[in-house]
Amino acid sequence: MSLELDIRMTLGAGRRSFTLAAALASRGRSTVLFGPSGSGKTVTLRAVAGLMKPSAGRIVLDGETLFDAGLGVDLPARERGVGYVFQDYALFPHLNVAENVGFGLGRGLFGRVGAASKRRVLELLDLAGLTELAQARPGRLSGGQRQRVALMRALARKPRVLLLDEPFAALDPLLRQRMRREVRAICQAAGAPTVLITHDPDDVLEFGGTVALYETGAVRQVLEFPDGPEGGRAARDMLLAAHFGAYAESTLAPCPGGYSQSCETTQP
Amino acid sequence: MPVALLDLLANAAIPLKLTLKVALTATAGACLAGIGAGYALSRRGLPGRELLDSLCTLPLVLPPTVIGYYLLVVFGRKGVLGQWLEETFDVSLVFTWQGAALAASVVAFPLVCKSARTAFEGVDQGLENAARTLGAGEGRVFLRVSLPLAWRGIVAGTMLALARAMGEFGATLMIAGNLPGRTQTLSLAVYEAVQAGRDDEAAFLVVLTSCVCVALLLSSGKLLNRQIR
Repeated sequence: MSLELDIRMTLGAGRRSFTLAAALASRGRSTVLFGPSGSGKTVTLRAVAGLMKPSAGRIVLDGETLFDAGLGVDLPARERGVGYVFQDYALFPHLNVAENVGFGLGRGLFGRVGAASKRRVLELLDLAGLTELAQARPGRLSGGQRQRVALMRALARKPRVLLLDEPFAALDPLLRQRMRREVRAICQAAGAPTVLITHDPDDVLEFGGTVALYETGAVRQVLEFPDGPEGGRAARDMLLAAHFGAYAESTLAPCPGGYSQSCETTQP
Repeated sequence: MPVALLDLLANAAIPLKLTLKVALTATAGACLAGIGAGYALSRRGLPGRELLDSLCTLPLVLPPTVIGYYLLVVFGRKGVLGQWLEETFDVSLVFTWQGAALAASVVAFPLVCKSARTAFEGVDQGLENAARTLGAGEGRVFLRVSLPLAWRGIVAGTMLALARAMGEFGATLMIAGNLPGRTQTLSLAVYEAVQAGRDDEAAFLVVLTSCVCVALLLSSGKLLNRQIR
């Protein structure tokens, strides 16, 4: 996967307005947008998904221009081939688990699901260990089960990239550990590259890859680590160091894990 | 006495059937138009949204006779649409039960529209966005997500619309008149019975109307709420 974006947008007006100016480029199986709440990570993700329209700039995914203000290109969300796992999972409360997972496979105005798609839904449910809950409504599920349903629903359409918005924030700490590993394993099995948003360095541990550091509406820095847990450890150590105010030093010093890294600084 | 009662019932059957026909047709019309308008008004991007909203609420505020007058101007024999309807389809709405249904549906429309707008605005936008990222076009988002989730509010509005359509008087009188057997609904029949001093008939019609309204609200409420849930 390759994702290139350079966008500007202003939300709200007057004193409470917020301006996002984010630029980053990433190739590889994992990208992490890391930064405190309100630094513009979610807005970036929504812009990639086509749920928000930047005022300027461009977004290119795998060589296809999804958005370009200059050229007047703005693909609607449904045509972007991007999977999105929402922070609150956004499961359809009136549909059962199987219908939720199969939603993206529906065709036509009423979203009819064909026989082949139904088989795919069963496969996905099996992969996530949700087979017994196929007929249950989301209201009856636990946090971890809801997350799996949201994940499978997004993966059902075989997206080019899976966008994960703070996927572990709503889970209790014990479950969080397990779901990190599980989500990554499922994404890997499905062959879907991920773009993950988080403010928790522990989330980076499992994913690694390209890490973009967000601060007050801008990407301060883009760091490259190997994908997966091996790169994740180095990335987490660095982010933890940053938490303790040693941010500038640690980016200059060699990584504790000894991994080579290319640190490119984007304009503030 | 039972013979008199049977007589009254036989006499009331015609306006009763007519009332049901008019009210159900009117509710169906108001429901379809109200859902569409309510959905459009709940969209943030709609230009002149609040002005359109007040226009849609107007039938609720205006006296029914004023609405009847407007309808005559538009759908009357010399009205813009009325003339066109008569020339192309040879149809006239004046002094027909269809005219009565039109009047009742215009009067009942804001009740559906208002509740539908509120219900659609109450649907979590995150769910609609989720459907969009899953490849659903706006039509599918509406039919599979927004409408089912707003359904309860719409049903409540439709019930009110039905109740309003059953009792419609003023606008109906203006466009459809008070022709026994053709456009005389229960509310008009009650009025005429009282005017003519037929107190027994009036009392009977009043009780009958009340019973029918209660039965209708109970059964249709159950029926509608059972669907899509």
